[in-house]
Amino acid sequence: MNNALGMPQTAVVLGGTSDIARSVMRALAARRMRHVVLAGRDEAGLEGAAKELKALGVASVETITWDVIDEEAHTALAQDVAGRMGQVDLVLVAVGVLGNQDVCESDPSATASVLSTNFTGLAAAMVAFAQILRSQGQGRLVVLSSVAGVRVRRSNFVYGASKAGLDAFAQGLAEALRPTGAGVTIVRPGWVATRMTAGRSPAPMATTPESVAADIIRGLERRADVVWSPASLKVLFAVLRLLPKSVWRLVPG
Amino acid sequence: MSEPKEGSFSSPNMPTGVPTTHQILTGWGRTAPSAAEVARPSKPEEVQQVLAAAASAGRAVVARGLARSYGDAAQSAGGVVLDTTAMNAVHDSDLEAGWVRVGAGASLDALMRSLVPKGWWVPVTPGTRYVTVGGAIAADIHGKNHHRDGSFCSHVRSLTLATPTGTREITPENDAELFWATAGGMGLTGIVLEATIQLLRIETAYMLVDTERATDLEDTMARMTARDDEYRYSVAWIDCLARGRRLGRAVLTRAEHADLANLSGSCAADPLAFDPRVLLEVPVTPPGGLLNPLTVAAFNEMWYRKAPRWQAQKPETLASYFHPLDALGSWNRLYGSRGFVQYQFIVPFDAEDALRVVLERVSNARTASFLAVLKRFAEANPGPLSFPSAGWTLALDIPAGSPGLGNMLDELDVVVAEAGGSVYLAKDSRLRPELLGAMYPRLDEWREARNRVDPDCRLTSDLARRLGLVEQGVAPRQFRARRGNRPRSTAGAHR
Ligand SMILES: Cc1cc2nc3c(=O)[nH]c(=O)nc-3n(C[C@H](O)[C@H](O)[C@H](O)COP(=O)(O)OP(=O)(O)OC[C@H]3O[C@@H](n4cnc5c(N)ncnc54)[C@H](O)[C@@H]3O)c2cc1C
Repeated sequence: MNNALGMPQTAVVLGGTSDIARSVMRALAARRMRHVVLAGRDEAGLEGAAKELKALGVASVETITWDVIDEEAHTALAQDVAGRMGQVDLVLVAVGVLGNQDVCESDPSATASVLSTNFTGLAAAMVAFAQILRSQGQGRLVVLSSVAGVRVRRSNFVYGASKAGLDAFAQGLAEALRPTGAGVTIVRPGWVATRMTAGRSPAPMATTPESVAADIIRGLERRADVVWSPASLKVLFAVLRLLPKSVWRLVPG
Repeated sequence: MSEPKEGSFSSPNMPTGVPTTHQILTGWGRTAPSAAEVARPSKPEEVQQVLAAAASAGRAVVARGLARSYGDAAQSAGGVVLDTTAMNAVHDSDLEAGWVRVGAGASLDALMRSLVPKGWWVPVTPGTRYVTVGGAIAADIHGKNHHRDGSFCSHVRSLTLATPTGTREITPENDAELFWATAGGMGLTGIVLEATIQLLRIETAYMLVDTERATDLEDTMARMTARDDEYRYSVAWIDCLARGRRLGRAVLTRAEHADLANLSGSCAADPLAFDPRVLLEVPVTPPGGLLNPLTVAAFNEMWYRKAPRWQAQKPETLASYFHPLDALGSWNRLYGSRGFVQYQFIVPFDAEDALRVVLERVSNARTASFLAVLKRFAEANPGPLSFPSAGWTLALDIPAGSPGLGNMLDELDVVVAEAGGSVYLAKDSRLRPELLGAMYPRLDEWREARNRVDPDCRLTSDLARRLGLVEQGVAPRQFRARRGNRPRSTAGAHR
């Protein structure tokens, strides 16, 4: 059960090898995590993440090989997970690829692949888990969105659009779940130094998975609807959103 | 892709034969919400009907009284919650011998309003009148008179318990095991339908209160140890924001029921008048709350200074001595939308150091803790999960949004457990399950008793799930801890 301070005891991670997800789970392991299911494509990577959580004292950690674009598999996964842990306190939605913008711009299937991984497939998976949380009457979906979707930019608009779609979907789902006892927290990190961004030059106000994780934990504690990480991005983007196009083009990042 | 429509959710229908509504529930602390189907039966048969329907639908069930427990005890996510408050009739009474037989949903407030004018008082009252008899039994509540009179269930002569395996009438004599498992069993042995309660004779609706100020923790404890036994009621209000030399400074208020001879003037004209009012209702929840370290520190300081250094035999109404907070309706809203937690624990008399450590930590953390309540408990009753036992108990309220609160309380739990103490489940909303066994070493004995009447573990609350209280297939009998007073050993509890 989620306790009074928003701390879950069970969790399923969609995209169990994500750097941010792993940081979040490490932090939660130190609090009161007892049962974790890591789902994802990269079997070896999941095993590594599972081993780490066990070493941190989580009593039961399991891995399930699962692909977000296999929409047929989502309901089975959700039900399997619910069966294993009784109550699913936290669904950490951390699947995401950056994609290669240049390739995407000339290759329809590359674009479709980014969108289905980051948005359509993932939204379908969220529907399956939302169904579980509804009937439980409690539990929280934490969705890793991105500021890239808040105002899409020329240099990564395919990724940005996928996150914009995911973010909007999560906002709607949050409203739909409001009367059910379940909740949704949308996380909008800025530029995070992870494997996904390795080799790219950091944008201004770059952050780390650990500090995003810390912001997410604080967000759980207050059952937040939205977590900006770092928090100052909230104000920054309120301004950036209003910039005329001609000025926005000149903003670095 | 199918987008869920707004508000498309309707709870899966569960035909219970009794109307239900889908509600999101929390305890008094307004934290950890969860949704359930709420049924409000008005007769025992309806309770059995709901229990049967829940069983066939595979849903969890738990009772809910007036929801004055702070955490998640009276809610069950995705399950069925039995609101008992319609079962509040007085079934029988003998006002010569001083007992009443009431529906478990009757509030102590209602009982007091009908009994005080007739010269009777409840044997044990908590700091609010707005609890039900069922809730008082399930938490085996204590008052300011534990050192003299013990806890609530020591005054319950018999009760009717509806369980998934049938309804039975139990007494401490005919089924001691189940009776004492129900006392403090947090609703997890069944639904109490009715109970017979022994009352206390009073001549007036007034208290004679002695007030004194203590300058620090040592002084507070010394004064209580020396003279508590001279009073039926005793409590110390500690300023937990006081630090250094003032750590643990407190105002002690100890009292007896006033006799007729003690009254004069208008009080004497109508000595048993009892009509306490809610003077003010907090109408809305200010999102951030109104209680922050500054406002609370100012309040605590003012309150300490305004208390008399020493004052004897001051007549006060029952309500003003026992239930001062009840005059402010819905005061829990003052803590804002994030709610608050109450941390109440006990440590044995030889573990005063742990009490000091906890108070130091809380005071140093500068959280917005209002006055904390310190009491002394006498020996425990036989209930395996009953909270009170010989020692000191401290209760303090803290806003849930206080930075670092989760980690601090987790650490305090270890201090308490290592001292051989425990936290009070009726107040708990965040304990880790790993410490439960150390705090309640007779847990398996209790589980065995409850599993006898609920082998499929249908009776389950969010509290029970969070702490792993209810489990099938409990360790066999010979391994259980010794009976009688709860052994305070924590061997093997921490690594
Ligand atoms: C301001 C304030 C002061 C308090 N002071 C004290 C105090 O001094 N001492 C003390 O001991 N406690 C105190 N409490 C706590 C309170 O007395 C207990 O939490 C009590 O259980 C609340 O009763 P309720 O009817 O509100 O029960 P709820 O909170 O609705 O339920 C509490 C538990 O009782 C169970 N339950 C309720 N009815 C039944 C039933 N008919 N059959 C079986 N189980 C049932 C529920 O399942 C749940 O586990 C205080 C609470 C507040 C808000």
